[in-house]
Amino acid sequence: MSAEPMVRAERVHKSFGAVEVLRGIDLEVRSGEVACVIGPSGSGKSTFLRCINHLEKISAGRLYVDGELVGYRQRGNRLYEMREREVAAQRRDIGMVFQRFNLFPHMTAAENVMEAPVQVKGLRKAAARERAAELLARVGLQGRMDAYPAQLSGGQQQRVAIARALAMDPKLMLFDEPTSALDPELVGEVLDVMRRLAEEGMTMIVVTHEMGFAREVGDSLVFMDEGVVVESGRPRDVLTDPRHDRTRTFLSKVL
Amino acid sequence: MPDLHKDAPASPTGPGRAETGPPPEAIRAVPVRHYGRWAGAVVVLVLLGLLVWAFVNADIHWDVVGDQLTYHTIVEGAGKTLWISVLSMLLGVVLGLVLAVMRLSRNPVLTSVSWAYIWFFRGTPVLVQLFLWYYLSFVFDTVNLGFYKDEMNDVMTPFLAALLGLGLNEAAYMAEIARAGILSVDPGQTEAAHALGMSGAKTMRRIVLPQAMRVIIPPTGNEFVNMLKTSSLAYAIQFEELFRAGETISSRNLAVMEMLMVVSVWYLALTTLFSIAQFYLERRFARGSHRQLPPTPLQRLRSHLGSFRTPSRVGKVTI
Repeated sequence: MSAEPMVRAERVHKSFGAVEVLRGIDLEVRSGEVACVIGPSGSGKSTFLRCINHLEKISAGRLYVDGELVGYRQRGNRLYEMREREVAAQRRDIGMVFQRFNLFPHMTAAENVMEAPVQVKGLRKAAARERAAELLARVGLQGRMDAYPAQLSGGQQQRVAIARALAMDPKLMLFDEPTSALDPELVGEVLDVMRRLAEEGMTMIVVTHEMGFAREVGDSLVFMDEGVVVESGRPRDVLTDPRHDRTRTFLSKVL
Repeated sequence: MPDLHKDAPASPTGPGRAETGPPPEAIRAVPVRHYGRWAGAVVVLVLLGLLVWAFVNADIHWDVVGDQLTYHTIVEGAGKTLWISVLSMLLGVVLGLVLAVMRLSRNPVLTSVSWAYIWFFRGTPVLVQLFLWYYLSFVFDTVNLGFYKDEMNDVMTPFLAALLGLGLNEAAYMAEIARAGILSVDPGQTEAAHALGMSGAKTMRRIVLPQAMRVIIPPTGNEFVNMLKTSSLAYAIQFEELFRAGETISSRNLAVMEMLMVVSVWYLALTTLFSIAQFYLERRFARGSHRQLPPTPLQRLRSHLGSFRTPSRVGKVTI
């Protein structure tokens, strides 16, 4: 295993106008690790996730993915903003799954999965479709290649979204509350897919409210509140024996 | 590749507890009588009858209307009306899209120029704009584009003046329609495309615009119907479109009302034809927005015919 962690955050700050949402995040996620991030709403966990693939620009600190600075180039002591093309190139290696799925509604499941490989990587359509079939089968949707998102259940849509992200062969997957918009009986099918993905060694950062998933699948658990990491460690330790009062109060409400 | 998805065990679904005994009697009640509806229908029908009676007895030479309907000057005029409307609309749509993207850009110069364009072209009458183009030679006697140079009088034909007047005016309206369409697309779509590594231009072309089209097309169709009719204003700058063709003939045969009717029939035919085309266009861009597309009139007809014999299928629904 390389010494360089997949994600390294050093005193990351982020403000929206006068509101400081992230107030100095320090975090490391090793390659192959599954890190679950929990915390009350408004704690900045989703914002932090969005900073990792530069959907949000950080205001201070440093954020590295696979040893590369996110969104900037450093020459000497100076930072240079990356051009749009370079940012896009960085994002190619980072898959993201959204709370509200954000599938492209005018494309079928297969077309959703094919879109980025064809448009971004220049893969031939036939090859991309073959690969889409493979990925959709992997998430248990082999028969639904030509269904439009509106014809799929929430759980099926989220599984297509996961297949769509996997199509770019990412080295890191970000999950932003992937099951929060789902009916309770559909949560399991999405978590199952994520569990398999973790078992295959994918590096994952999962913002979630699913404590069971965090306990069973997570290698580490991070509790965030008011823009800082309050505590982190092995999920079992954090969940059963939290060191901070704030963690204890939060867990007493959700467990 | 391993299967990431484990099938959940099928939940036991037994039949629900069925009702026993004979079903209850179907309801047969006396329906409410709507006397007001009957009265309303009678009043409207009587008024309609009077109107028809008035026209039948009016001094109208219906034979002239019939004869002139297919007269070559009229048919050519209708052709020109359609042609100038399509070209002006094309110019309007393309330029309108450009203006909309400019308006939404983060470049303050582009935003203000787009704003000023819309302000001017929406704020002055089309008729005035048509004359402004037509009389351009009064202030510029030559056109000099560097690679091309000519007398303005020769360049600014009624056709070009009509195209520029109608097209550039339309662009201002189309810009607002396109802007509303682009803004209607969920920002999550752009984020998802960016997260996949797509560039801004590609995201606009592949993800945002196709979805914006659903919002853009209905008002655009409306604009085109308007354009078919507004193009009649170009008669004032000597453009030989449908209305002018009718006027030319009526100045000779003095059948003023008859020619206006001929012209009206043609305008109605053009707008009706287009409305049908619009239906199919909207249907095409509705892909993915409904679980199932509504059947076209043809499909509906076929299904009705079929229902006399065997159950037929439209889409996935058995009728």
